[in-house]
Amino acid sequence: MIRRTLAITVHTFKECVRDKVLYNLIVFALFLIGAAIVFGRISVGIQKIILVNLGLSSISIFGLLMAIFIGISLVWKEIERKTLYNVLSKPVSRAEFILGKYFGLFLTLLVNTAIMTAGFYLALWIENRRFEFADLAPLEAVYFILLQFAIIVGLALLFSCIATPVLSGVFTVSLFVIGNFLDDIRWSGAHTGSVALSKFTLALYYLLPDVRRLNFISEAAHGSWAPRYLLVSNSLYALLYVTVLVSASVLIFEERELL
Amino acid sequence: MLAVETKDLSKDYRLGFWRKRPKRALDHLNLQVEAGETFGLLGPNGAGKSTTLKILFRLIFPTSGQATLLGRDINDPSVRSKIGYLPENPSFYDQLTATEFLRYAAGLFRLSKAETRNRTGRLLDRVGLTEQRNLPLRKFSKGMVQRLGIAQALVNNPDLIFLDEPMSGLDPIGRREVRNLILELRQEGKTVFFSTHILSDAETLCDRVAILDHGRLQGCGELRKILGIELAATEIVLEDPPPEVLRALKPLARTMVRTGDRVRIEFPAEVETSTVLNIALRSGARVISLNPVKASLENYFMARIQKQPEAEPADSAVPAKINSG
Repeated sequence: MIRRTLAITVHTFKECVRDKVLYNLIVFALFLIGAAIVFGRISVGIQKIILVNLGLSSISIFGLLMAIFIGISLVWKEIERKTLYNVLSKPVSRAEFILGKYFGLFLTLLVNTAIMTAGFYLALWIENRRFEFADLAPLEAVYFILLQFAIIVGLALLFSCIATPVLSGVFTVSLFVIGNFLDDIRWSGAHTGSVALSKFTLALYYLLPDVRRLNFISEAAHGSWAPRYLLVSNSLYALLYVTVLVSASVLIFEERELL
Repeated sequence: MLAVETKDLSKDYRLGFWRKRPKRALDHLNLQVEAGETFGLLGPNGAGKSTTLKILFRLIFPTSGQATLLGRDINDPSVRSKIGYLPENPSFYDQLTATEFLRYAAGLFRLSKAETRNRTGRLLDRVGLTEQRNLPLRKFSKGMVQRLGIAQALVNNPDLIFLDEPMSGLDPIGRREVRNLILELRQEGKTVFFSTHILSDAETLCDRVAILDHGRLQGCGELRKILGIELAATEIVLEDPPPEVLRALKPLARTMVRTGDRVRIEFPAEVETSTVLNIALRSGARVISLNPVKASLENYFMARIQKQPEAEPADSAVPAKINSG
């Protein structure tokens, strides 16, 4: 099983990295990180804060764009173009296919994030001409960004199994946006006075992915380190979510007829 | 051991937007294919050939019935480790090269790196794509894609090979090469199961054929037996025959076709060849040729298809259309 999943992972990675859109996004992200140096210089006294904030935000936004744009057509494209027939006619289970696709896209994002992070540290070095131990703090924020990507890839993959890329894109972006305001939604529901609405928003709060808890950019920009419990709880939270999303994708895909 | 067995295999597609109605694409199909056979699944477009193959590979699921491949249930993915499949109008990944794609396909089996490398090279050579091995697949012609499809179907050295319309998109040379390849596979003792609507291919290659129409099995058997039950005919070609000869032969003839200064006349088998020849020679007509006409698979095919009463629209997913190429 591992061998076949690995073959699909490597193939998906290869397919993704040969997509020209990806390079455009990386170049644009690196350009923005570079521009952060300029913004930093015109912000007296808070150069580093601006640089870290803008740099990490660029990594996050462009990574999310890649995760969504590639993820939403990941399975759909294989079904539509019938390339899937060549894979599933081999001794490959549908679960192995979905897992391979998931890991392939996540590996792509991991490599891209590594490239963008290297760009970010280059910008930091150009700005400060030295590295301090505190400069490693943004790496925790990068780790949380990767956890966000893991969830978003899972969401995009799930929708890719059931809907067209346009609809999958709408669903994934919507859930990402909602996931940034879950605390506010729960608070609003609790203060409406309606028991039904309160329960509904509470259900949303627990069911939908809370991606804001995985955003540590501001804290990293101010030189804060993430407490250990947050590192562990966020890792487990993302792992649980990814497990649920990938399992749901497998269950849906197992039942899907590939006409 | 049976290489392929289906028992009462049926498939209904649910069509329609609001009120989904079942449309029967395959109707209680019972097939048995022996190991080592070259078996042809024939039928017009929409007869249910591709549906059958898709069910066997679990790309779609049967509404009822069962199937086994190499004696094992089709629901077990490991059964496909000794099986190869060329889908109809195959499609591959544009960004990959032929070598990369074949290595990916090989990677889905338990093959060592050295074995993968060797097989990839040999297969590309076998299907005539060695020169194009490093070309991106988006630059491949339809014929080249078809050849690569055949190569990937053979990457695991399968015992049982399914080819869905293998000659599709190939030029005459390519078609002959694929025909030779199928004959080679047969000589190697492999079971080849292919679907086609091109009857001459089936006639050249198959030990047995099954004919499907509107999802129903219309006939199945050995080619020589199928062809043996058809009446033979005699065909004579005359050059510039006088009108009185044609008048004399007309009552005996089944068909009479003039092409330029030649007339081709076909007589039923029960008409004595000597009678026809005597009439022609006595009148001084020039006899160009005299041939026995063997019953062809096409005759059999058309007879079986036409014998069937028009199926109810609800019994067919796609309207049938004969498309012999």
